[in-house]
Amino acid sequence: MSERIPGEVILDVAHLRIAVSEGPVLVDDISFTLRRGEVLGLIGESGAGKSTIGLAVLGYTRSGCEITGGNLMFEGQDIRTMTPAQRRALRGNGIAYISQSAAASFNPAHTLMRQVCEIPLRDGCTTAAEARARAISLFAELDLPDPEHFGNRYPHQVSGGQLQRAMAAMAMAAKPDIIVFDEPTTALDVTTQVEVLASFRKLIREHGTAAIYITHDLAVVAQIADDIMVLRHGRMVEHGRSTDILHNPQQDYTRRLVADRAEGHAQFPAQDETPLLEISHVVASYSGLVRVIDDVSFAVHRGDTLAVVGESGSGKSTLARVIMGLLPREAGDVKFHGASLPPRLKHRTVDQLRRVQMIYQSPDVALNPNQTLLQIIGRPVQFYFGRSRSEVRDRVLELLRLMELPESFIDRKPAALSGGQKQRVGIARALAAEPDLIICDEVTSALDQLVGEEILRLLKRLQDELGIAYLFITHDLGTVRRIANKVAVMLNGKFVAGGLTATVFAPPLHPYTELLLSSVPEMRADWLDEVLAHNRRIAS
Amino acid sequence: MIRLVALRLVFGLVTMWAASVLIFGGTELLPGDLATAILQNSATPENLAELRAHLGLDRPPLVRYGEWLTRAAHGDLGTSLSNDRDVVEEIAPRLRNTVFLAGFAALIAVPLAIGLGLLAAIWQASVFDRVINFVTLLTISVPEYLVGYLLVKYFAVRWDLFPALANVSPETDLGGRIYLTALPVVTLVLVVVAHMMRMTRASVLSIMASPYIEMAFLKGLSKPRVVVRHAFPNALAPIISVVALNLAYLVVGVVVVEQVFVYPGLGQLMVDAVSKHDLPVVQACGLIFAGAFIMLNMIADIMAILSNPRLRRPR
Repeated sequence: MSERIPGEVILDVAHLRIAVSEGPVLVDDISFTLRRGEVLGLIGESGAGKSTIGLAVLGYTRSGCEITGGNLMFEGQDIRTMTPAQRRALRGNGIAYISQSAAASFNPAHTLMRQVCEIPLRDGCTTAAEARARAISLFAELDLPDPEHFGNRYPHQVSGGQLQRAMAAMAMAAKPDIIVFDEPTTALDVTTQVEVLASFRKLIREHGTAAIYITHDLAVVAQIADDIMVLRHGRMVEHGRSTDILHNPQQDYTRRLVADRAEGHAQFPAQDETPLLEISHVVASYSGLVRVIDDVSFAVHRGDTLAVVGESGSGKSTLARVIMGLLPREAGDVKFHGASLPPRLKHRTVDQLRRVQMIYQSPDVALNPNQTLLQIIGRPVQFYFGRSRSEVRDRVLELLRLMELPESFIDRKPAALSGGQKQRVGIARALAAEPDLIICDEVTSALDQLVGEEILRLLKRLQDELGIAYLFITHDLGTVRRIANKVAVMLNGKFVAGGLTATVFAPPLHPYTELLLSSVPEMRADWLDEVLAHNRRIAS
Repeated sequence: MIRLVALRLVFGLVTMWAASVLIFGGTELLPGDLATAILQNSATPENLAELRAHLGLDRPPLVRYGEWLTRAAHGDLGTSLSNDRDVVEEIAPRLRNTVFLAGFAALIAVPLAIGLGLLAAIWQASVFDRVINFVTLLTISVPEYLVGYLLVKYFAVRWDLFPALANVSPETDLGGRIYLTALPVVTLVLVVVAHMMRMTRASVLSIMASPYIEMAFLKGLSKPRVVVRHAFPNALAPIISVVALNLAYLVVGVVVVEQVFVYPGLGQLMVDAVSKHDLPVVQACGLIFAGAFIMLNMIADIMAILSNPRLRRPR
């Protein structure tokens, strides 16, 4: 490695163009420079070409794609014309990569230590003992537990947040000049995200490493980046200092991203009738071993939106499965319109099934790819109401209109639709049964921010028009404040706080609610410091 | 994990028992029994009945099965009818020969197949990959006796490099054995390599689409290293089970090859015993074949469990 002079340009990208071989252009006319010790944030929605650019910097394109234009200069060397051997040296020692899902990116067959030390040992310039010592000191720097022995574990033996930090250790092991972070905290819970983000920032600052930080979350990038480039459909929208982008955006698209999410609650009708859904002291577990739901009680009235919030593993989705009857409850009662529902799905009547519907997190998986929208949405119409073929078609068309989808979609298959459109089909399918209650399981988390907003607006409108109640499972506290009138906070299968949203989210806060709320990233650049200081105060 | 292994052992025993029922039932269904086989032409209804009573054949099959199984479990497989020798003594040298032949073939075939499979995966879609795929498809499609006779025709008859007959005796030393069995071993290797090599290639390539393989490339590793160090360990489970299947075939399926090369192995003994109506020997051979098959598959399953760190080292 050459001498490291802070502020010197190490990566110069000019007019980069990446295209599918003899196909559409994915990324076009992207230019930026990266200096030592600087962090560039690449931000945009999915399909904006962020990851494609990040990988291109390592001289890598996913199969079927190629770099068709522009220059990528790393320390004066053109990455595009490197020999395979030079490129391998670049990847290990010059530029390292941290991927979104550490769980998928670590090889399950080897210990963490072996994978972290692989690159330093490959070149033979360090001994096994030196590489090991460096890995252990990196583990310690990244606040990993028991750094001496942490590396002896296999990937499946450590948590997601720890694995993501172990991947940072793997990237740093060969002392690279640049690290490409590709959505490294997206798969983590909010509270874990704070810790991992803090570790990353410490690492970059102390080692003076330059970084490209890819994310869809402006609030995250605000904590870590010096410069921000906003991307859309493979092109640059805006590029500048972080403070300028955040506080003085020039482009309309950036303004929409930066704009505070629309605040304020919709009005909910007063309710005094019998609850639509009443759950009392419900207990459930998988194979009788671990209690996943532990003594949970709540009520949902007509027109209510109850948000169930908590981190992954807190039992939110299991609760939905218990209400639906997919997982039989072991104790307690689930009443619907005052009548107890049988614990198991197969013992419920058709009418009981019809009245509770579900919308899933990932419409890609929840819709049968081999069926047309007519079949997908028409099936519940036919099953619950026994309508004739022409009546089914009319009803499906009506539902498509309600979803603001073109009628011509009726004979299409899900693959021809975008993510947001697919989720609308999921909603239409639930509505086709004319239910009283819809359980929404993380319905916006697989969607981009702006698309998710539209889905939430649609759900709200349907509620106003049809008076449906929602049970809204989410880990995104921002959405909760806006759409839910009631909230329940779950931790380890128990409700730790619950009631009207305004009450639960107002002081005095339950400590766990406070932790969750404070972990939601905010656009302010000093947010991360404040949260860390705050968490330290609580801990001491 | 210990539970999984124990469970697998119990399954193995259950399968072994089921095989013993099939073997006993099968020989029971054959026309004629031990008494007719012994007396052959001198059989009259009277002395048949007398001999049956003497051998205990007039008792119900279930009782005789229980007795046979108990004795077999104690290592007593009965007496051969053709020469009155103890079946165990009759079988032991033959079994040694078969295991030698199978082991010799496996020693060459398994590393060769895995090596070729890995190379084909590394050079995927190259000329080497296509040629090796074509050749192995050919050897898998041609019956082994044809391969055997072709080898004999060229290597034994035309060029006189190796003997056509693999007539080893207990006195033959190791070098002599290797020389005598060269052609049958090559025949067996050609037959089993294809399957294992193709499985190695296919399962390694299926792993190559995983995110951690992309990560390995992004770390700057070369393709051979990614294939051997990162993909292969995760592709082991299906490869192990195919290797076991082929090893079992080497023990059980050598009957034809032993006939072609007149090799004094277990398969040849069994063929002889069937033609002589020597039921105790047939049953014993059946039991040994079934046992070898079941044991190899059981070992494969246990090794597949051990090769998975999730099972070996739970949270």
